[in-house]
Amino acid sequence: MAILVFAETADKKIKKSSLEAVSYAAAMGGDVVAVVLGQVEGGELDKIGTSGGTKVLHADDAKLNEGVIQAYASVLAEATGKAGADTVVLAKSSLGDAVAARLSVKMGAGLVSNVVALPQGNKVKRSIYTGKAFANVELKGSKKIIAIKKNAVPLKTDGGAAVVEKFAPSLSDTDFKAKITSQEKAKGKVLLPEADIVVSGGRGLKGPENWGMVEELADALGAATGCSKPVSDMDWRPHHEHVGQTGVKVSPSLYIAIGISGAIQHLAGVNSSKYIVVINKDPEAPFFKAADYGVAADAFEVVPKLTEAIKALNN
Amino acid sequence: MKILVCITHVPDTTSKIAFTDGNTKFDSNGVQYIIGPYDDYALARAVELKEQTGGTITVLNVGTVETEPTLRKALAIGADDAIRVNVAPADSFFVAAQIAEVAKAESFDLILMGRESIDFNGGMVHGMVGELLGIPSISPVMKLDVEGNKVKMTREIEGGKELLEAELPLVAGCQEPIAEWKIPNMRGIMSARTKPLKVVEPSAVDGLTVTENYELPPAKGQVKMIDKDNIGELVRLLKEEAKVI
Ligand SMILES: Cc1cc2nc3c(=O)[nH]c(=O)nc-3n(C[C@H](O)[C@H](O)[C@H](O)COP(=O)(O)OP(=O)(O)OC[C@H]3O[C@@H](n4cnc5c(N)ncnc54)[C@H](O)[C@@H]3O)c2cc1C
Ligand SMILES: Nc1ncnc2c1ncn2[C@@H]1O[C@H](COP(=O)(O)O)[C@@H](O)[C@H]1O
Repeated sequence: MAILVFAETADKKIKKSSLEAVSYAAAMGGDVVAVVLGQVEGGELDKIGTSGGTKVLHADDAKLNEGVIQAYASVLAEATGKAGADTVVLAKSSLGDAVAARLSVKMGAGLVSNVVALPQGNKVKRSIYTGKAFANVELKGSKKIIAIKKNAVPLKTDGGAAVVEKFAPSLSDTDFKAKITSQEKAKGKVLLPEADIVVSGGRGLKGPENWGMVEELADALGAATGCSKPVSDMDWRPHHEHVGQTGVKVSPSLYIAIGISGAIQHLAGVNSSKYIVVINKDPEAPFFKAADYGVAADAFEVVPKLTEAIKALNN
Repeated sequence: MKILVCITHVPDTTSKIAFTDGNTKFDSNGVQYIIGPYDDYALARAVELKEQTGGTITVLNVGTVETEPTLRKALAIGADDAIRVNVAPADSFFVAAQIAEVAKAESFDLILMGRESIDFNGGMVHGMVGELLGIPSISPVMKLDVEGNKVKMTREIEGGKELLEAELPLVAGCQEPIAEWKIPNMRGIMSARTKPLKVVEPSAVDGLTVTENYELPPAKGQVKMIDKDNIGELVRLLKEEAKVI
């Protein structure tokens, strides 16, 4: 049986997290059919093959350029039938979650999200309690949907070429009843949930005028920027950068926390990072207990030095 | 407008998570339970909408009798009545099916939920309920206004937001800054005691997944402290030891 992967796009490019989902499906074995909805840039579909996909179903209808939740769920259900798939894999995201839930009801498929590793038979391991624990969950029926967290498997880069097939799903007006009237997106920035490195700032940075130094460090590392909840509450930074229990949950390879105390609700959003660096002038800050590397000093002194050292390394 | 708010009864965000019975049960010893933080946003927005347009707010929980104090708290915050579907939540589909059954019988104009529960973090129940009822489901919603039959929403997307328009009825999974959390006042607490809390028996539905057991993450090793005058060492460790840059 084939495995269907929902390959999500952003700015007409396939998201890296979705390529991880393709790699995940490839590691499960069998034919991997990726569904791409909406128009994409040239060369983007090749990445599916490289990541381990065998086939692409491409619905390049401009009506699907934006992530319309209901329409995407219907189109994916149709694609599942077309591909003869009983399993769907996707990357967890604000769109992926919304779509997967509806798809699971359409398919009558068990759905598990926040999956952190490859399945063992019918069992998957998922993160629960906002990263504070894991659950081993059995999917009962033959149909299943697995929504994976970032870094559940390494990204495959040595796959072959995937066959691209055009796909013209039937679109019904009722699925477009909720209309997207506009979108605002930070252009050209690394997306926080996708980022391999995240540089995050807290109230210790004193004010939004001091974020230049955070962005410089992030630029030097090719990282995304994040922040603690009070920082977005005070509008120092946009809400979509807020990390933690009530914000974005990240799982990068490296999380650098600057002037963040390490409240349990903040840690909940970062505890699946591979490595954590904490820069805080208070040596007793609770964040150091969750860190791999720590610098107990004034951020205004340490961060520019760190940025210089990274730039020197890159040169 | 008839609003339904679905709330979870979950461990306080500062709770230490532990398991018992050979890692098959959550250890609720010493754990404080709260309304899920995202559900609390949904409820707060419902109270504001009721103030603007009138109507009623029903709160619903699928859970056993222990969740009643949490439902009473929602009544104290401003809901008019509460429904408890008397069964332990088996999985997201099971919960969604129970909610959909209640919603079919009562025909609500607007169903508000949290973006996700903070125990299982599925972010799934609202979408499933939307599909089961054949109405739109939008999540995560950070702004929601109702004018007559029209609903204007702002939904968070990676790296930004999008504006949406739809018509009632619909389901929304809410998150901040949709409204400010509301703290119950004395009058609210007093009146909550006598507001109706109806217990209904579950409908026969099978969950699609079974949780077998739980695990805690491995303990973190000791932090390596680096002197501020030796930042080159931090860069070396990140490159050579952690291999992340
Ligand atoms: C239900 C609930 C949900 C929540 N969800 C979240 C969430 O999702 N995300 C989140 O972040 N918070 C969340 N919180 C809030 C959380 O409890 C903390 O209040 C918050 O994380 C603190 O933010 P902070 O570390 O930036 O600020 P503070 O706690 O004020 O810490 C500032 C830190 O900066 C350090 N500092 C000051 N000056 C300097 C300097 N010059 N150089 C270096 N360090 C300096 C200080 O030593 C201090 O440790 C939640 C709370 C609740 C109750
Ligand atoms: N047992 C439950 N009873 C009532 N509402 C629930 C229950 N579980 C989940 N919900 C609602 O569905 C939302 C999403 O939950 P979840 O899909 O588990 O992340 C929650 O924020 C609640 O609004």
